[in-house]
Amino acid sequence: MHIFDAFHYQFIQRAFVAGCFIAVLCSTLGVFLVLRRLSLIGDGLAHVTFGSIAVGLMLRMEPMYTAIPLVMLSSLGILRLMEKARVYGDTAIGIISSLGIAAGIILVSLSGGFNVDLFSYLFGSILSVSNAEVITSVVLSIAVILTVFLFYHELVSITFDEECAKISGIKTRRLNAILILLTSLTVVLAMKVVGIMLVSAMLILPATAALQVAKSFKMSIVIAAAIAVFSVISGIWISFAADLPTGGTIIILNFIILMLILGYRAKKPLKAKPSIQSAAIK
Amino acid sequence: MNIISVNNVSVRYQSVEVVSNISFNVAAGDYLGIVGPNGSGKTSLIRAIFGLISIAKGTVSIFNQNISDFQQWHKIGYLPQKILSFNPNFPATVKEIVAMGLLAQKSFPKRIGRGDDAAIDRILVLLDITNIKDKLIGELSGGQQQRVLLARAMVAEPKILVLDEPTTALDPEAREKFFTVLQELNKKSGVTIMLVTHDIMNIGRYASKLLYLDRKLVFHGGFDEFCSSSEVTDYFGEFAQHVICHRH
Repeated sequence: MHIFDAFHYQFIQRAFVAGCFIAVLCSTLGVFLVLRRLSLIGDGLAHVTFGSIAVGLMLRMEPMYTAIPLVMLSSLGILRLMEKARVYGDTAIGIISSLGIAAGIILVSLSGGFNVDLFSYLFGSILSVSNAEVITSVVLSIAVILTVFLFYHELVSITFDEECAKISGIKTRRLNAILILLTSLTVVLAMKVVGIMLVSAMLILPATAALQVAKSFKMSIVIAAAIAVFSVISGIWISFAADLPTGGTIIILNFIILMLILGYRAKKPLKAKPSIQSAAIK
Repeated sequence: MNIISVNNVSVRYQSVEVVSNISFNVAAGDYLGIVGPNGSGKTSLIRAIFGLISIAKGTVSIFNQNISDFQQWHKIGYLPQKILSFNPNFPATVKEIVAMGLLAQKSFPKRIGRGDDAAIDRILVLLDITNIKDKLIGELSGGQQQRVLLARAMVAEPKILVLDEPTTALDPEAREKFFTVLQELNKKSGVTIMLVTHDIMNIGRYASKLLYLDRKLVFHGGFDEFCSSSEVTDYFGEFAQHVICHRH
């Protein structure tokens, strides 16, 4: 098959459009999440997505429309646990994600067990994405990217140092809520691309790879987005040509890129990485 | 004119009172050294005054505004003791970090643009870090990082500069330079300085007032009063008080 033959199929075109937008979304938010040591929030919210999908399937509604509000509410629950109950982030994520999985298993069982629909959400099925899903993904992606653009400098500031950001008059609680709500929206959108099981990898891998080589914050977002888009396009094409699962192929490509960059960094490390207050001034 | 009023403030962690019933005022142009042994509540007091932790009892007002309603954050520059979750891979250049200090004076959407370059360049020159402005923060030494964070605190030309143990990472020469910069800011620009330190042996050389804390207020006043204060004598003993005062 010629390399460009795949582009003639409408379902491949839809997959490219939805996949590229979601790739940019995941990688952009991923940079903030990785730096804030909240990488696993994607995994936790993906588990909640599983429960929310089960609700949608049980109520015979479009699962994305039940998942979006439920996952957003759960993400606020994680934030509330972290702020009010003084629970560490990983613990709060663990509590809410296990609740999501438990509720999902019970609901799936009540509605007659696992079926093809549920498996497509668990492992992704970007090649079966519908026109409506493409439009939803593009519109929501643009909304999320616009929000990140509007709050960009404030998000960078709270990511670097939340306390100083607060003393700079930045509404840190509001921004944390915005970041976590955007993440929940992204997780729901990305489940169709790589599946619930691999959503967190889309958030973590491109961002981690970009952070190894970026020379500024903006550059790290651009590099992460480029890696994610490249992985999605190549992953869709390779999976189509070699008859492989698309979600898994995209993630493996992301992983290979990360390994290549880590290898490059091992040969050409940055000059020094001391922690603040650990060295004397020259 | 008092610009900070702290009235009967207590701070608790869980059920432990780490700061007990403290009252004092800071006047415009003061250079206040907040001193005390490790664990005496210095950082907790500062964090409570500026709303980073909640106050168990008492009130704080800054520029006649209660801290819970305070909005004039562009008038405050803050250099923390340490960044709680500092990530050495943080992909921001020195210029990007310093620019964060300008966000307080921006309205929504808070954007940093070319128009801010002059303010950033001015502070980079003042702190002698222009040569590293395009370097990543993680590539710098501890002392350079500290100067970058000081630049971030100072870039918006704050009326009050709050520094929590700022010289820990600095060698003696750099420490002297650092204190000289602070002194010029205080004397020439009239910036009010609140500096937390455990170095009581040296702070009297720079600060116009001392606040000695050991969970409760031991002393607040000028250095001459410190040397003649009977409360200080009771706390330190005559010999230690003499040694501290003799150093200056």
